[in-house]
Amino acid sequence: MSAAPNAPPSGAGKPHTQVGAPILRITALRKSYGAHEVLRGIDLDVARGEVVAIIGKSGSGKSTLLRCINGLEVFQHGSLIVDGRHLLHDNPKAMRELRQGVGMIFQNFNLFPHLSVGRNVMLAPHLVKRRPGPENAARARQLLARVGLAEKFDAMPDKLSGGQQQRVAIARALAMDPAIMLCDEITSALDPELVGEVLRVVETLAEEGMTLLMVTHEMSFARKVANRVIFMHQGLVHEIGTPAEIFGAPRTPELRQFLSSLQD
Amino acid sequence: MPLQLDFTSILVQWPLLLRGAAWTVGLTAVATLLGAALAIGCAWARSGGPLALRWLVGAYVELIRNTPFIVQLFFVFFGLPEAGIRLSPATASVLAMTINLGAYATEILRAGIEATPRGQIEAAESLALTRAQVFTRVVLPPALGKVWPALVSQIVIVMLGSAVCGQISTEELSYATNLIQSRNFRAFETYIVGTLSYLGLAILVRTLLNWAGPRFLFGR
Repeated sequence: MSAAPNAPPSGAGKPHTQVGAPILRITALRKSYGAHEVLRGIDLDVARGEVVAIIGKSGSGKSTLLRCINGLEVFQHGSLIVDGRHLLHDNPKAMRELRQGVGMIFQNFNLFPHLSVGRNVMLAPHLVKRRPGPENAARARQLLARVGLAEKFDAMPDKLSGGQQQRVAIARALAMDPAIMLCDEITSALDPELVGEVLRVVETLAEEGMTLLMVTHEMSFARKVANRVIFMHQGLVHEIGTPAEIFGAPRTPELRQFLSSLQD
Repeated sequence: MPLQLDFTSILVQWPLLLRGAAWTVGLTAVATLLGAALAIGCAWARSGGPLALRWLVGAYVELIRNTPFIVQLFFVFFGLPEAGIRLSPATASVLAMTINLGAYATEILRAGIEATPRGQIEAAESLALTRAQVFTRVVLPPALGKVWPALVSQIVIVMLGSAVCGQISTEELSYATNLIQSRNFRAFETYIVGTLSYLGLAILVRTLLNWAGPRFLFGR
């Protein structure tokens, strides 16, 4: 249902991405909740190492699109390929393989409250990648150091600030060595003074060449970090371009109206 | 006639009381382990299993929660032999207690499972965990933590309820108490001692479980 007619044979083992081929290819993707169509035909290619910001009003479908990429939302038509792997909803094994390559960071952090910070980071590599204990722990400490939380390894999540929890969530996603990172309004639940510390971590990820797709309301951050900005409107990619084009020279009245509504 | 209290004639029977208490604790321990396992399976089925299984588990839970324990026990011990299943008093007691605890614990656990935020499950799914891993590593531990006090209370209720297992000659604490009373006819003192014994056991079990749960099951 989700595979394109010209789909390569599945189960081909290793991803067969050619050099320069998009790491993410979304083709004619449509999704509806009952009679209400939320995504009405999305086509999007994202190159390896690209940083794409998705903006738009609430209800425009931007979070839904992001959640389709790792199968948290099921779409009815179109195809989606990540790193050479077709997204196949009804094949749990294929879904898990695809998800190993797609990290996700959520608005509400979603740390596991019963596990220490270190165990939050180590859980999936232990269960999914069978990474041996000492290596797993060393890797977790290294990632926590990278997000500036080396000393919080044994802390419980509820003892951390929102900004710290979100940085742990980033380390947890990175521990699976994803090829793409999805960021779903990751600073929207944070107090204003904590936004900066999270965005700085995301910025270093971008600088290090991580492919990033982020749904965001932080326009100045999108302008600064993104290679491309997508403006979504009523379930469609309404306008797409460089930050300079999107923010400096919006072509459609809908985008102009959206941008001016942010000024108020 | 003033009441003449004489506890010595009961306390000299301490080996019988101790044996009864040991039986009560033993039956409860086995029923707790089996009942908890049953409840975890049923709670999983009820929250995410196929529709037919959900319905089946629902029927089991409602049947057990709306019938008296003593009737369930008598069905297992006196009813099942008619169908060719003959159980010893101890086995029948454990079976009835397990089925009984399993039904109540399923409902208690379900509340805890449903209280797990959807986002945590999505986070686990996005990390490529299998459905079983999501349940056992992400959903179940915090759910157990949330409902642990209710679960401990239910286990204590089942232990106290096991007093009726004496009716099918399982030699637990109430059986021992009745036996002592039938020997010395000092009902007043005997049942004071029996009551206090149950009180002591309940406090012991509750304290033990409240201590052990956070350490071994949903630890911090």
